[in-house]
Amino acid sequence: MNKRDIKLSGVGGQGILTIATVIGEAATAAGLQLKQAEVHGMSQRGGDVQSDLRLATDAICSDLIPLGQADLIISMEPMEALRYLPYLAPDGTVVTASHPFVNIPNYPEESALLAELDALPHVVRLDIDALARERQLPKSANMILLGMAAPFLGLLSEEQLRAAIARVFAAKGDAVVEANLQAFDLGLSHSQQTVSK
Amino acid sequence: MSEKRLLLGDEAVALGALHAGLSGVYAYPGTPSTEITEYIQRSPLARERGVRSRWCTNEKTAMEAALGMSYAGKRALVCMKHVGMNVCADAFVNSAVTGVKGGLVVLAADDPSMHSSQNEQDSRFYGKFAMVPIFEPSDQQEAYEMVAEAFALSEALRLPVLMRLVTRLAHSRAAVEVGEPQAQNALAPDDERTRWVLLPGNARRQYASLVAKQADIEAAAAKSRRNACKGGWNDKKPLGVIAAGIAYNYVRESAPAGLPVFKLSQYPLPAHQVQELAAHCASILVVEDGQPFVEEQVRGILDASYPVQGRLTGELPRMGELTPDCVAKALGQEGGPAFAAAHNLAPRPPQLCQGCGHRDVYAALNKVAAEYPDARIFGDIGCYTLGALPPFRAIDSCVDMGASITMAKGAADAGVHPAIAVIGDSTFTHSGMTGLLDAVNDGSAITVIISDNLTTAMTGGQDSAGTHKYEAICLALGVEREHLHVVVPLPKNMDEITRILREEIEYRGVSVIIPQRECMQTLGRKLRQKKAKEQ
Repeated sequence: MNKRDIKLSGVGGQGILTIATVIGEAATAAGLQLKQAEVHGMSQRGGDVQSDLRLATDAICSDLIPLGQADLIISMEPMEALRYLPYLAPDGTVVTASHPFVNIPNYPEESALLAELDALPHVVRLDIDALARERQLPKSANMILLGMAAPFLGLLSEEQLRAAIARVFAAKGDAVVEANLQAFDLGLSHSQQTVSK
Repeated sequence: MSEKRLLLGDEAVALGALHAGLSGVYAYPGTPSTEITEYIQRSPLARERGVRSRWCTNEKTAMEAALGMSYAGKRALVCMKHVGMNVCADAFVNSAVTGVKGGLVVLAADDPSMHSSQNEQDSRFYGKFAMVPIFEPSDQQEAYEMVAEAFALSEALRLPVLMRLVTRLAHSRAAVEVGEPQAQNALAPDDERTRWVLLPGNARRQYASLVAKQADIEAAAAKSRRNACKGGWNDKKPLGVIAAGIAYNYVRESAPAGLPVFKLSQYPLPAHQVQELAAHCASILVVEDGQPFVEEQVRGILDASYPVQGRLTGELPRMGELTPDCVAKALGQEGGPAFAAAHNLAPRPPQLCQGCGHRDVYAALNKVAAEYPDARIFGDIGCYTLGALPPFRAIDSCVDMGASITMAKGAADAGVHPAIAVIGDSTFTHSGMTGLLDAVNDGSAITVIISDNLTTAMTGGQDSAGTHKYEAICLALGVEREHLHVVVPLPKNMDEITRILREEIEYRGVSVIIPQRECMQTLGRKLRQKKAKEQ
């Protein structure tokens, strides 16, 4: 394996760019090549947002991921995970939050949406918002999601990701670093249990 | 030359300019160009060197101030989104006639596919129109390096250089190997008045000099190391590719081995290299983001019978940004989705934030407008353009910066009543003030709402040029005191706001209502910063 193409998605304000920042930090420290296309501007106002993150051991050409080639979709919202299915590789994995963020009148029916997700070959989903609330980590739901995605990131180890979390949040103090590491571990163990089933 | 930094294309330009000895950046915020100026504003090197970096009122004031800095011998950068080129076009085109002294780089960030824009105009046409060199980097590393090259060429030819980015380069991050900062230029104002005073006699001489420089800018592009022949050029091939700027990355993503590619990053288009590629290939595919700028020129260089493919012939889509997918298809490569589009999917358009003052403005407007079936509401450019979408569906137009006031005025002249304009604070100082003066001078029956959130919100909360000055500006332009109102857009004030709206609609002259309340985003940011400081 010499590349990982990752689609990050969610709704403006959910913190997908922080996930990208942590993966980017880990990849840079590991000496990997990286390109990350972000969306700024109008679409951040409660609309759908996405970012293309490409990691590789060799030079990366396009800033955008071609259709059918994403190894991983990481989404903070279940419908936003489905939005990028045409980009998913045949053996790709979807890692997503399962709780809908409903800010539009015509949001699809939740059970049908989750059924469509579950019909995909490789899916890990979890109500990360509920778990974050339960564990009193309200601001770290996105790091739970990153932990869930960690076993599928391939080019980066769990330890490299933990070290990157520590560096990215260092300026905010030890308590914030600790909360985010704890959230990461929660997500990681969820994925490990799901996959081993 | 060893340090690597993870930079957006915009940030690579900013750092490239700082390292090239920049003395001032002049810009008005606009997606996808905003992060260039923001990077310079945050840069410790810029602070240490006293690099001028405050936001300007609009792109024209930015361009002119940068020309003044260049006149004084120092290096200046002007940044804008593509439509900003329309605003500064007078100054830009004439800066090619005067020429420059200190290096002057004009950066336009184009937005093909209109992610955050009202059109997808291609800034390269402006460069050709003004007869200046155009640089179009293909990636973040080139963006960093080519800024220094642009400044050097600008000083060597005494011409401004246009640098063009597109959204996917401006807003994409990659590791960039950066070098050491060069010294800034010394103050050395130009003494050659005949260059700068464009009276017809001087202007004819200066224009002749610009025409004479065309051979030099063509020679510079022909020998530029940024323009390069890649792949197999030895034996005759069925297809060759010209890949401009970022298109080169998409071509590399899927090009079969040995495909002859002419990578193009500096203009004018070198005719000789196009002819050489044509001599080796039975046909040429032109891949470029934006409009068919190169494709049309290639048709002029080659025989009419030579097959040229691209956006004009349907191998690539006529509009919209390039993608690795459409380029792969044009190159005859297999690919495409493995999974079909999902069924349980709905569009999620952007919307005004909860608690935003614009929401209260539109709630009031809709309430009053419902009482006037002939009312027309002319909108403008900013977050409040989202008032066009549900649930408000409040505005009837949005064309260009400042057009709300002048279109309302013209419609009122034609007999539309009520004619209401909705414009944001930053857009008002950008291009609304002059139109308001026209309306005052004509006594037009319009109601202008300057929805003031104390910031340039759409682009992320940059300082707005007229904050705390709007009443004074309107009074000075001749708006009558009794028809100028400042209100606080909150649900509890709805009765007051709707009453004022009704009264001013009934007044057959210019009235201005300023709903004033800070943007929720900047307010939240300030509160978070305050909290962080206290901890």
